[in-house]
Amino acid sequence: MRNALKRFLIIDKRNAPNQKRLAWAAFAVLAIILLALPFAIDGLFGRGWVRVLDFALLYIMLALGLNIVVGYAGLLDLGYVAFFAVGAYCYALLGSPQFGIHLPFWIVLPLGALLACLFGILLGAPTLRLRGDYLAIVTLGFGEIIRIFLNNLNAPINITNGPQGISMIDSIHLGEFSLGRTQEIFGITFPAAHLHYYLFLIFTLLVIFVSLRLQDSRIGRAWAAIREDEIAASAMGINTRNIKLLAFAMGATFGGLAGGLFAGFQGFVSPESFGLTESIMILCMVVLGGMGNVGGVVLGGILLVVIPELTRHLAGTAQQALLGKTVIDPESLRMLMFGLALILIMLWRPAGLWPSSQRRRELIAPAPPSV
Amino acid sequence: MTSPAATLLKISGIEKRFGGLTALSDVSLHIQAGEIYGLIGPNGAGKTTLFNILTGLYQADGGKFLFGDIEYAGRSKPHILAKAGIARTFQNIRLFSNMTILENVMVGCHHHSHTGIWGAITRHKNARNEEQQIAHRAAELLIYVGINRAHHMLAKNLSYGEQRRLEIARALATNPKLLALDEPAAGMNATETDSLKTLLQTIRNHGVTVLLIEHDVKLVMGLCDRIAVLDYGKKIAEGVPSEVRNNPAVIAAYLGG
Repeated sequence: MRNALKRFLIIDKRNAPNQKRLAWAAFAVLAIILLALPFAIDGLFGRGWVRVLDFALLYIMLALGLNIVVGYAGLLDLGYVAFFAVGAYCYALLGSPQFGIHLPFWIVLPLGALLACLFGILLGAPTLRLRGDYLAIVTLGFGEIIRIFLNNLNAPINITNGPQGISMIDSIHLGEFSLGRTQEIFGITFPAAHLHYYLFLIFTLLVIFVSLRLQDSRIGRAWAAIREDEIAASAMGINTRNIKLLAFAMGATFGGLAGGLFAGFQGFVSPESFGLTESIMILCMVVLGGMGNVGGVVLGGILLVVIPELTRHLAGTAQQALLGKTVIDPESLRMLMFGLALILIMLWRPAGLWPSSQRRRELIAPAPPSV
Repeated sequence: MTSPAATLLKISGIEKRFGGLTALSDVSLHIQAGEIYGLIGPNGAGKTTLFNILTGLYQADGGKFLFGDIEYAGRSKPHILAKAGIARTFQNIRLFSNMTILENVMVGCHHHSHTGIWGAITRHKNARNEEQQIAHRAAELLIYVGINRAHHMLAKNLSYGEQRRLEIARALATNPKLLALDEPAAGMNATETDSLKTLLQTIRNHGVTVLLIEHDVKLVMGLCDRIAVLDYGKKIAEGVPSEVRNNPAVIAAYLGG
C-alpha cells in the first residue's frame, strides 16, 4: 500500500507525461472531495456536523501556527490560545455594537492577525533566554494574563464587556454578500455553515502552503538548527534572537487569523473560550498528529475536534443501547473516553500519528551502529 | 590574499573568572594570517575557555582582542563574531543531529544569504537562485572535507570521524577567515588523523587561518607553524614547535616537574 502510493506520487522520468496527468487527476479528485464535503456531511450526518467541520478547519489553522513555534523552532508554548483571543477580540471590538464600530471583514481580519503578531513578539522578547520547562511556564502565564485582562477590562471603562463577552458580532461579509445567512448561488442553496466552510478552507490551504514553504527554506533550516542545538546555531552565524522572534511572530499571526474567523463565525466571544484547556488542546493536536509535520498536524487537528464530538454521541447512545438507561452523565464520560483515546494513540504511536520523517527516525529507528 | 606577515588575530590581556576560579589570566597572543596556530596545554588549562571567548559563547572579564580591523572586548554575541569571520568546531561534537548532512552545511551559509519570510513563501527568482547556490556550495564543501555520502543522510548516522569532518564543512560554509578547531583529532585512529592533517593543510593553503586545540602532540608538532602553551590559565610558552618542545616550563607543566 505504502509502496503503491510512493510509485503513484513519484514522477517517473521515463513516463513523465502520464505521471503528470495522474498527479493532476489526483489533485482534481481531492479538490472535488473538498468542495463536495459539506454537502455530503450535511446529507449523511446533519447540519451540526458541518459546523464541527468548520471548527476543525479553525483548529487546523491554530495547530499549524503552534507547529511553527513548537514543531519547527522547538519552543514549548503553553499560552498559544492568547493569540487566538487577540485576533478574536480585535474582530469583536471593531465589528460589533460594543463600540458601534463596524469595519469590514477584510480590514479587521488582517488587523487582528497583525495585532496578534505584535503580541507574539511581545511575548517572545522577554523569553528569549529561557528554554524548555521555563519557557513553558512563562508562556503559560502570558496566556492566563491575556484571559484575565479580557475578563476584567469592563471597569473602570468597559472595553471587553468582562465575563459576559461580546455578542452580536457582525457576520463575515464581503460587500453585500454575507456568510451569516443562507445564500443561493447558481441555483444551489448554501447554508451559512457551508459558506464558512469554503472561506475557512481557503485560509487553511493558505496556512498549509505557507507552513510547507517556510519549513523548506533558509528560515526553516535556521529554526530547525536552534531546535537541534542553539549554541551551535549561534556559532554558525544565526541571530538566535531574531529567528526565535520570527517563529513567535509567525505562529501568533496564524493564531490571530484563526481568532478573527472564529469571532465572525460564532458571532460571540467571551474569555471562557480562551482558557488553558484550549492551549493544551491545540498542543495535543500538534504532538498527537506529528510534531513538525504539516500533514500530521492537520490530521491531529481534525481528529481532536471530531473525537470529542463522536464520544459525545457515543457516550449517550451506547449507554441507552446497552443498559436501556443513562447511568453516567454523557458529558463527563465523554472526556474520560477522549482521554483514553489520547493515551492509546500515544502508546500506539509515540512519535505522533504521522510524524515528520526526522522525528520518526529519532523516536523509532534503532540507534545507529556505534563506531 | 593578505601578506604572510599580517596579524589576523591579536589577543591582549584576556581574563576570565568563574566565581573564585581564574580560568584565564592575562592571556595575550597574536596569530598571523595564513598560519596554522596550535594551542596546547594540560586538561583544564583554559584552552576551550579562550575559544569560547573568541567565539562569543563566554564573555571576557577583561582584556580585548583585535580581529581584522575591529576590536572586540570579548562581549559580542556569537553570531556577530561568526559574521566577522571566526568559525569553530566543538570539542564534543555539536552537529544538528536530526538534520541531513547537506542541511547541516547549508545552515553554515545562513549569515551570508538573505532570503527572508517573503522570499521563503513566494520562492521568487532570487530566492530560488540563492537556495540553489547554497545547496551547491554545501555539496562542494562535503566533497572538499571528504564526505562522500547521500546528501539526505542524517548527521547523527555518520561515523565519528565523518561527524568531525562535517563540523569542519559546516564551519567552512560560514566563509571564515579564522577556523578554530577544538580537538578535531580526538578519538580518531592514526589513518583518520593523517587524513585530517592533510585536510587542514589544504584549508590553510586555500587562505584560511587555522587555530587548533589539540592533545595529539605528534599532530600538533608536525602541523603547526607556531604553538602557544597554556597552563592554569596562563600562557607559559609560545614559538615554533622545536622551541616549545624544549622549553623547560612546558616540560614541567606536562610532566609535573
